[in-house]
Amino acid sequence: MQKRFTRKHLNNKVFAYILAAAFLVIAMLLGISIGTVSVPALDIIKIIGTEIFRLSPNEQIDSMYSNIVMNIRLPRVILAGLVGASLAIAGAAFQGLLRNPLADPYTLGVSSGASVGAVITLFFGLSIPYLGLFTLPLLSILFSFITIFLVLLFARKIDRSMKVETIILTGIIFSSFLGALISLMIALTGEELRQIIGWLLGSVSMRGWDYIKIILPFFIIGSVILILNSNELNAMSFGEERAQHIGVNVQKRKMMILIAGSILTGAAVAVSGTIGFVGLVIPHLTRLLWGPDHKHLLPLSILTGSGFLILADLVARTIISPTELPIGVITAIIGAPAFAIILMNRRRERRG
Amino acid sequence: MLSVQQLTGGYSGDSIIKNVSFEIEKGELFGILGPNGSGKTTLLKMLSGILPYSSGKIELIEKSLKDYTPKELAKIIAVLPQHSIQSFSYTVKETVSLGRYAHQKGWFQTWSHEEEQIVMQAMEQTGVTQFENHYIHELSGGERQRVYLAQALAQEPEILLLDEPTNHLDLSFQKDLLDMLKDWTRNRGLTVISIFHDLNLAGLYCDRLLLLENGEINIKHTPNEVLREDRIRNVYNTKIEKHPHPKVPAPQMVLLPEDTDEKKDFYCIDESYLECSNERLVLRSPIPLRTMSSGVVGSGVGWNQMFVNRHVDKDYDCSDHRKEMQDYLKVHGFEPGETVGMMTAVMLEDVCFQHYKEENFAVFIIVTAGVGNAIDAARSEQHAYHMIPGTINTWIFVSGELTEVAFIQSIMTATEAKAKALQDQGVKDAVTGTIATGTSTDSILIASTQRGKKLEYAGTITALGKLIGKGVYECTLEAVQKSKKRVTL
Repeated sequence: MQKRFTRKHLNNKVFAYILAAAFLVIAMLLGISIGTVSVPALDIIKIIGTEIFRLSPNEQIDSMYSNIVMNIRLPRVILAGLVGASLAIAGAAFQGLLRNPLADPYTLGVSSGASVGAVITLFFGLSIPYLGLFTLPLLSILFSFITIFLVLLFARKIDRSMKVETIILTGIIFSSFLGALISLMIALTGEELRQIIGWLLGSVSMRGWDYIKIILPFFIIGSVILILNSNELNAMSFGEERAQHIGVNVQKRKMMILIAGSILTGAAVAVSGTIGFVGLVIPHLTRLLWGPDHKHLLPLSILTGSGFLILADLVARTIISPTELPIGVITAIIGAPAFAIILMNRRRERRG
Repeated sequence: MLSVQQLTGGYSGDSIIKNVSFEIEKGELFGILGPNGSGKTTLLKMLSGILPYSSGKIELIEKSLKDYTPKELAKIIAVLPQHSIQSFSYTVKETVSLGRYAHQKGWFQTWSHEEEQIVMQAMEQTGVTQFENHYIHELSGGERQRVYLAQALAQEPEILLLDEPTNHLDLSFQKDLLDMLKDWTRNRGLTVISIFHDLNLAGLYCDRLLLLENGEINIKHTPNEVLREDRIRNVYNTKIEKHPHPKVPAPQMVLLPEDTDEKKDFYCIDESYLECSNERLVLRSPIPLRTMSSGVVGSGVGWNQMFVNRHVDKDYDCSDHRKEMQDYLKVHGFEPGETVGMMTAVMLEDVCFQHYKEENFAVFIIVTAGVGNAIDAARSEQHAYHMIPGTINTWIFVSGELTEVAFIQSIMTATEAKAKALQDQGVKDAVTGTIATGTSTDSILIASTQRGKKLEYAGTITALGKLIGKGVYECTLEAVQKSKKRVTL
């Protein structure tokens, strides 16, 4: 009853977008403003106006502020936002496709797959000609795609009906196995150990504008593909057979969605390491508030996901300042209990 | 419209469907029957394009099913599956709107006024408009089924495939749904192919039926041909009997439960169950009896446990005697649904009854008789029509198992014996002056325990016929004598 009341009253889609966008903007301002040196919000707006939109400055702004904002905090916040958005929309798509609110790139083992791709690149110092900077994300994407494919293949082998628990279990098995592979490679490298582990736990610090250039094209491609498949995702929420009855080319669309999800996950992992639970919590929360229609769920997940990760990053770097926590720790602390609650609710629903 | 030829296939190599061929015309309501595991759902999945078939052909509007894209197919065929998955809480309207998927064009599918109209109409037709903004998981199984039907209708299909559509529905929605489907096939040219579990529903509504047995066609024909007692018994491997539907010319299959020990107990209906008073004769049977009667209440064929012969005055108002008699029964604690009720103007102390026993069956006969309205049946056209309370009521209780033939023959034998008794008493028709064969309002009841010896016939020279003939003759004779005595007194 409570839930229905909430949804009835919030069921204005324009309001939903305004609220989510406001959340993102506030999160960005907070993310840029707070730190060892505090930058006033008004100055931030002025700096961004000057530096990016080339507006003539009315008054002189402290060049230190300008430096902090443009070279350190703004790229960091944008990167966190893009990673959060990528993970959230990928999670929403996986959940819709698998009809399973517990699916996300992390629980499905896709993140681990992407990590393996990335670690292999680092470990062997791979660099594919002409790709250069993009070698790492491309290999991450390739490995994440292979992983999701194998996970689904295995799950289907174990249990034709692809029950929720089977898919999750398979994902965990793959995560463990791939995690072991990564550990093995780390053990073999010896040096750079701390750096790789820090990267694995997930971080968006000290990445700079280069990393934004890496993730942005993949984020755009992946998101556009998923948003164009909103209707198909809606249909597939009712089961693949039902979707085909309605007229969806299930095999083709499923492949598109899995590829797009892998592109998003792979690219996010490539720039920031494995950050768990964003893809689980954000779509679930968004669905709870605004309904399961993917036409709105996907864009809203992008907005909320990016805002969420910006705030998580802010907490990670300020809570025990000057030491920085890996951002994955913060998301896991919020995400794991949320996962447990969703699982419990689902069990209860089934019994009741 | 749809033509299936030598269709063979199944899951991963196994052929579940073997060499199945049939054709379906536009506007047909086609039923698929078969026991569990006979391949009904597999066949339906092949028809809906979900499951590829290994050999044979399915042609839909002169084009192979394999040449259709999913979208093209969805504009022609809609499916209502047996089970639907709902993982997220979509509203009813969102769910129904998804049915328009195949009709929307381009990347940015716009939602036109026309689409809205079609969705609203589909919800209207299945009666789910009132749930428009509810979430599917809040609805009951039957309501959900109707939402998915609305979704299928929103596809504006030419063919509707249904997998046991009445599965979750209660009686009234089962009927509503099938009436609706029947109407659409008749008036809008919709073609319906449906799997049925319930043979009787299939028999009532379908134009043609296809009976599957182990993935092969046992028969495809009209319901009356398909629903043959021996065929259904063999295919379903169970005890079943075919009876005509009481109201429409359709066959009905009736399940027969296995006999239990309790049912084998032999009951002998005799005077110990009879209560006589001046107001009414009542026989309370310990078990329901199979009856064939011409009483005021509980007439025709049925199962009844109470038998009431009620005394009414000669000037009883007969204008609505049926209703009056029902009320009378209710007031005195008899359930009209399980009671055979008769009326007589005869004094009930003149009742005559006798119990006749044979080696392993028995007959108990009760007669009340008055001959005031005595009539010669051969010359009855000389009489004007009056409803006057019955004057010879004959009850025959048989402790044994009677066939339908035996029931009818019992009536013949009893009637002949009654006529003979009147003749021997010299009862005359007052108008024609000839020997009477009965009175104008006689009633008869044959009731049997349906346990014990099987009595196939009741003609005058069969064992049962002999008892009935003798018994009815003796009781009627005595009752008429008593009645005459009362008149002369």
